[in-house]
Amino acid sequence: MADPTRRDYSLIGLDSRLAVERGLATAEWYKCPVDRKTMKELMKRSDGPAIRDTLLWFAFLAASGFGGWWFWGTWWAVPFFIVYGVLYGSASDSRWHECGHGTAFKTRWMNDVVYHIACFMILREPTVWRWSHTRHHTDTIIVGRDPEIGVQRPPNIFGILIQLFAIKSTWATFKKLCIHATGRLTAEEKTFIPESEQHKVYGVARIYLAIFAAVAVWCFAIGSILPAMFIGLPTFYGCFMGVFFGLTQHAGLDEDVLDHRLNSRTVYMNPVFRFLYLNMNYHVEHHMFPMVPYHALPRLHEVIKADCPKPYSSCWDAYKEIIPALLRQRREPGWYVKRPLPGHVEPLGAPPPGLVAAE
Amino acid sequence: MTSTIAVTWVDACAADEIDEEDVIRFDHAGRTFAIFRSPDDAYFATDGLCTHEKVHLADGLVMDNIIECPKHNGRFDYRTGAAKGAPVCVDLKTYPVRIEKGRVLIGLD
Ligand code: FES
Repeated sequence: MADPTRRDYSLIGLDSRLAVERGLATAEWYKCPVDRKTMKELMKRSDGPAIRDTLLWFAFLAASGFGGWWFWGTWWAVPFFIVYGVLYGSASDSRWHECGHGTAFKTRWMNDVVYHIACFMILREPTVWRWSHTRHHTDTIIVGRDPEIGVQRPPNIFGILIQLFAIKSTWATFKKLCIHATGRLTAEEKTFIPESEQHKVYGVARIYLAIFAAVAVWCFAIGSILPAMFIGLPTFYGCFMGVFFGLTQHAGLDEDVLDHRLNSRTVYMNPVFRFLYLNMNYHVEHHMFPMVPYHALPRLHEVIKADCPKPYSSCWDAYKEIIPALLRQRREPGWYVKRPLPGHVEPLGAPPPGLVAAE
Repeated sequence: MTSTIAVTWVDACAADEIDEEDVIRFDHAGRTFAIFRSPDDAYFATDGLCTHEKVHLADGLVMDNIIECPKHNGRFDYRTGAAKGAPVCVDLKTYPVRIEKGRVLIGLD
């Protein structure tokens, strides 16, 4: 029998049906008021910032990769590969994300090229993730609807720790690549990938597997893992910063509310982190107005911050809340951190019965 | 044989109510429409809701001849209604538009 204290996070289970019945699926979400003129200014696209940030990204990848190759066989290679790994396995997360929204560049093909490169680096199948992320934006942290709930309750702390090295996600992706390469999708994927798009999944899965096979053969042929240190392995050894950033987005906050101010965090970060993370630290802003490109999010933040909970002053400030919250949710899965709203508004949506907010 | 569909012209708004390269929402008889003014000063009308998840396109961004949906950034060519790729897969319905005495009229069937 199903455990009544556990919610069903699958997209085809009980909570999925309940979310639809309770009007939480494809629902109306709270939006901070922003006048049309200001919003048009904020939504404006331009290629400049993303070209600059992409050239810098590639330049840093090339420089750190060169250092790793040059010093290969000595300890000096380690710091270079750490930098290379973070740029490859962590910075690709935000590039995948921004280009997937089509907002990073003004020019569509530039978004598409960087999207595919970043998807490969972070090992996210482009079509699958385009559609899963679409659902994540429609039904953010709605149990049974959102395929991208990073920390389910009760949190699996061991799972989070091994994910610092992409073990969980890569294992899951490899299993799916094998399924997709044979021309099939999982039952859950069929709920969010329309039929007209499904064929794209199969071709890309075959290409990914072929690339990994080629790198493996190359490594065997020369008797060294050096090629894999550049292609493939950085997804693992460079993932930890992506997880560090990603956990700040929603972990420990409320589920099943139709207000991004209650289920997402905006965290102030330093310029290096913001370059790696492409301003996704303004996560409430991004979810509420996904049309606004990453380079305009700090401006959007200024416009709506009076109508939002106080942002976290640093990563430390956020983690001071996240770590105890996750540990407590291990014992009390119904507990969550309640973000104080600026007073005059009530969140949309009703919390599921039995859930308790933090005081 | 060609069949003609009777069109009723409905006064939607003043032509200068829409900025160049912008869109406004127009509700009429329980239906909602989006009326566009292109950068070269031509007017177009489509259904007002995105074909993906029924979001008002008038909150989106007009770039040249494209309207980008505010929810998941799906894009349509508002002149033809053509969906320009994931996550929008179904075209938008379009309506004829004419300008008379500074007013925008849309032809509804
Ligand atoms: S609702 Fe328009 S693209 Fe999804």
